[in-house]
Amino acid sequence: MKKASGWIKSILLILLALFFLSPIYIIFVNSFKDRQELYENALSLPESFSFQYYIEAMEKMNFVSALLNSLYVTIVSVIFIVVLSSMTAWMLVRTNNKLSTFIFMTFIATMLIPFQTLMMPLMQFISTITQDLGIPMYNTHEGLIYMNIGFHSALSVFLYHGFIKSIPITLEEAATIDGASKFGVFWRIIFPMLKPITATVMILNVISIWNDFLLPSLTLIDKGLRTIPLSTFYFFGEFTIQWNLAMAGLTLTIIPVIIFYALAQKHIIKGIGEGAVK
Amino acid sequence: MANKNKRKWFVLFVVPLLFIFTTVVIIPFLIGIYYAFFEWDGISANPMEFVGLDNFGKLFDDDQFLRSAWLTTLFTVLSVITINVVGLAFALLVTSKIRTANAARTLLFMPYLIGGLILGYIWQFVFLDVFEFLGELTGLTDVFFNWLIDPEFALYALVFVFTWQMAGYVMIVYIAGIQAIPNDVVEAAKIDGATPWQRFMRITLPLLMPALTISLFLTLSSAFKIYDVNLSLTGGGPANATELFAMNIYNEIFGSGNYGFGQAKAIVFFVIVAAITLTQVYLTKKREVEM
Repeated sequence: MKKASGWIKSILLILLALFFLSPIYIIFVNSFKDRQELYENALSLPESFSFQYYIEAMEKMNFVSALLNSLYVTIVSVIFIVVLSSMTAWMLVRTNNKLSTFIFMTFIATMLIPFQTLMMPLMQFISTITQDLGIPMYNTHEGLIYMNIGFHSALSVFLYHGFIKSIPITLEEAATIDGASKFGVFWRIIFPMLKPITATVMILNVISIWNDFLLPSLTLIDKGLRTIPLSTFYFFGEFTIQWNLAMAGLTLTIIPVIIFYALAQKHIIKGIGEGAVK
Repeated sequence: MANKNKRKWFVLFVVPLLFIFTTVVIIPFLIGIYYAFFEWDGISANPMEFVGLDNFGKLFDDDQFLRSAWLTTLFTVLSVITINVVGLAFALLVTSKIRTANAARTLLFMPYLIGGLILGYIWQFVFLDVFEFLGELTGLTDVFFNWLIDPEFALYALVFVFTWQMAGYVMIVYIAGIQAIPNDVVEAAKIDGATPWQRFMRITLPLLMPALTISLFLTLSSAFKIYDVNLSLTGGGPANATELFAMNIYNEIFGSGNYGFGQAKAIVFFVIVAAITLTQVYLTKKREVEM
């Protein structure tokens, strides 16, 4: 009796979860249907699985190029964020003076500023730098990466700072006496110990940079530079009515996310939990 | 000598990031305050006219801005409630001793990973075609119709979709809170004959207060700042009925070309967001001391 009700609960729970994800199912099945089939029954499985709309959507969205652009911007940004913010946080924790406290507090305080408050002056500043100094910040991936580092550094420094505080200093002191430089101490001794928090920092930043729309929409102008959210946005601007194409396009954009989730599911849930609680 | 060496390392480790951070965040923030006191159309050849505090005064005459402020407040209150109720319910379900709990947790969290822009488009289709289809199928056309063309229901659609995105996220926060509750307390109450509802109200919920504070304010500030879902799901429509704060600022600056006035709105936006967040920090700190 008890066993049977346990099974029923198990099945009900999984059904609830699947029902919760039904919009994704709906997008998926309709990406194979032609218009008439779609209007007849939006919930049924398609009569045939042809990838015709996928091929068309891929071309119209420039999907391969957008995917590569997203990968490039996200990976390079996250590497720089991890390297720079872990170094900064370590030095700030291990330096006990007013300047160090002031810098840390400035990082924390700016986490209060919403992006909308910065976007217009930032764009003015960036285009001035591009025009007057000739540094190509505007309309380049590298400029976007630079801005990503700036926007995501505060939270990352904060997370590293909290973690490093709990590492005993004696280890580093021993290494310093042995004559290792600060650089060597950090990369050989400290950084490997930061692995758990590095995973959290990476995951939080990957999610927010991958999905970011507003900043890239302001900085990237050329079609060839567009990331996935950008090409999705323009795709919908041009083809609003052609839903079957749109469905195929949306399914394409979800696939990388599902792969990422399948590969790093445990780390992601753990990282999100830690990031939120701090 | 040793001190000089120390300073050299400090500069080497801290300055690169500090430089990037200053140019991307600090300088634009300061320039932004400056811009808010001018009237300017964003074209560098045109003159900027100093207007003092006029831009801030004008905010109270801007009907669309006041409407956005009200809609944003309404949206925030509604979605904070629904997200936390649904998220907590999910957390309770997936921490119970049900065999499929782990799989369910994995699935329920997934929407959070799909960006706001993309899931707004997904739901646009669901409201447009699937809701109409369900309406025809069931005859419940009062519930199942395209919510996005009705000014009032379009806002509810935003709440609905934002809840879908965020429920799995706060679920994770609540799971951590539930797992921290000592099992013997719950077992003792069970032996004393407390019903599941009593156990929830008298034990679980009070012990979940720290997790509740965290997720309330996480959802509060992200709801208040919502932009991506707003843009892709309703685009602010129908007839500006869902133009929330962040979108109103964007449209004022880049749509209408009122750079100074729009920036004044952006500063006010910052002050409100900062006030919400600081209240959160204050309350969390206070609670930690009490515990």
